[in-house]
Amino acid sequence: MPETNKKVLILSVNDEDKDIVFRPADTLLGVLRGKLGLTGAKPGCLNGDCGACTVLVDGIPMKSCIMLAIEAEGHKVTTIEGLINTKTQASFIKHFAFQCGYCTPGFIMVCHSLAEKQPHADKAVIKEWMQSNICRCTSYQEIEEAVASILAEE
Amino acid sequence: MIPVDFDYYKPESIEEAARLHEQLDRQKMLPLYYSGGTEIITLLRLDLIQTKAVIDIKAIHECREHILGEDYLVLGSSLTLTQIEERNAFPLLTSVSKEIADHTARNKITLGGNICGEIFYREAVLPLLLTDSLFVIGGPQGVKILPAHEAFQQTMQLGRGEFLIQTLTRKDFLGMPYMSVKIRQQWETGYPLVTIAALKAKGEIRAAFSGLCSFPFRSKRMEDELNRKDGTLDVRMDRALRHIPAPVLNDIEGSAEYRLFVLKNTLTDILTVWEVEQNA
Ligand SMILES: Cc1cc2nc3c(=O)[nH]c(=O)nc-3n(C[C@H](O)[C@H](O)[C@H](O)COP(=O)(O)OP(=O)(O)OC[C@H]3O[C@@H](n4cnc5c(N)ncnc54)[C@H](O)[C@@H]3O)c2cc1C
Ligand code: FES
Ligand code: FES
Repeated sequence: MPETNKKVLILSVNDEDKDIVFRPADTLLGVLRGKLGLTGAKPGCLNGDCGACTVLVDGIPMKSCIMLAIEAEGHKVTTIEGLINTKTQASFIKHFAFQCGYCTPGFIMVCHSLAEKQPHADKAVIKEWMQSNICRCTSYQEIEEAVASILAEE
Repeated sequence: MIPVDFDYYKPESIEEAARLHEQLDRQKMLPLYYSGGTEIITLLRLDLIQTKAVIDIKAIHECREHILGEDYLVLGSSLTLTQIEERNAFPLLTSVSKEIADHTARNKITLGGNICGEIFYREAVLPLLLTDSLFVIGGPQGVKILPAHEAFQQTMQLGRGEFLIQTLTRKDFLGMPYMSVKIRQQWETGYPLVTIAALKAKGEIRAAFSGLCSFPFRSKRMEDELNRKDGTLDVRMDRALRHIPAPVLNDIEGSAEYRLFVLKNTLTDILTVWEVEQNA
């Protein structure tokens, strides 16, 4: 199959097409950080548990540590670097929704997607989506406020 | 980072996937069907499985089908759990699915991956067992359809090169009263201490479990005891628990004794609600 012999992958990341020399075993997280220098998505557990590596694929949150880069071909990948000057970013700053900041990109990605997909989400849905991410510094109160303010605005 | 290399194939038909598997198997490539890939990536990274070739089945049309037909709900094995939840054609499956992993992980975890995976909870199989669903399986010998209880006995019973294409659930089961309860040791996401899915079909209670033993199961013998009309609820419960088909797990998540305690209480709650409703 052609896929298997591929050495170069074209990935659409933050609205730019990137040619990447890759191994089929490369995870999306590995390629974003190691090949594209986009270090906003963070390696945490690498198991799909913590959410620090979350990016959007066609607007849907995905944990990039449990996705192969080749699976993202043909789809639009958005990383935290692609959300500069968005309302979501501003809201996290306004509400001091972080301490060390390691988990912040992941939380922002989920929040951004939720606001786009379900701007009228109720508390149960907000909780369901946001529970995908863990904050070791326990900034949950402020994160909740930031998320609530974004959804209220939408 | 995944420390080993493998080839990646993305066939577009059932036949092509089965042929590829056969060919790669002959070449000693230890091929694996790849659906959501979350478990394969994790286990490869930890060096707990080996493969030199993965066959991604997500481009196979039948594996992506999501159809509420005249008689059956068709669920492709590569549908993600959130796709199934959002459509919500099978409320009991939605209810069980929503408790698996977390929302973002469920954007990637697939129905087939959950049922066929190595991680033994396989909670998504419970509603399919309770509704006598059918499993459509493809492989080198073509396509066959088996009842869920034959295709799934502790684990998926797949022959060499076979893979799950779809599940079929009769529509009349989709609207039946159901309950599902997942009890965890702590937190609100994660693996279960015990998950119970229950369905009331024509006045009879059906129940299936995950996290109780080292495999998920539905036990007709337990159901028969629960449905007996003689004896108090407590007595029927004790009789049912005698038919748990294997040793109850006794691990870091919880002792066997604690699991049984939780199971009995939760089942009692479910039965009480339904029997009160019935007698009302
Ligand atoms: C963060 C996280 C939390 C989790 N929590 C839970 C939980 O609460 N409850 C629970 O039940 N599970 C849980 N899991 C486990 C998860 O459901 C399984 O690991 C599941 O296998 C992942 O699905 P996948 O589609 O990514 O599988 P994949 O990685 O694609 O495949 C897993 C295995 O199944 C085989 N396979 C996949 N599809 C098919 C098919 N159609 N036919 C034949 N073989 C196939 C593959 O070859 C592989 O061996 C969790 C996983 C993660 C990452
Ligand atoms: S690093 Fe991906 S979920 Fe933790
Ligand atoms: S702010 Fe430090 S992990 Fe969340």
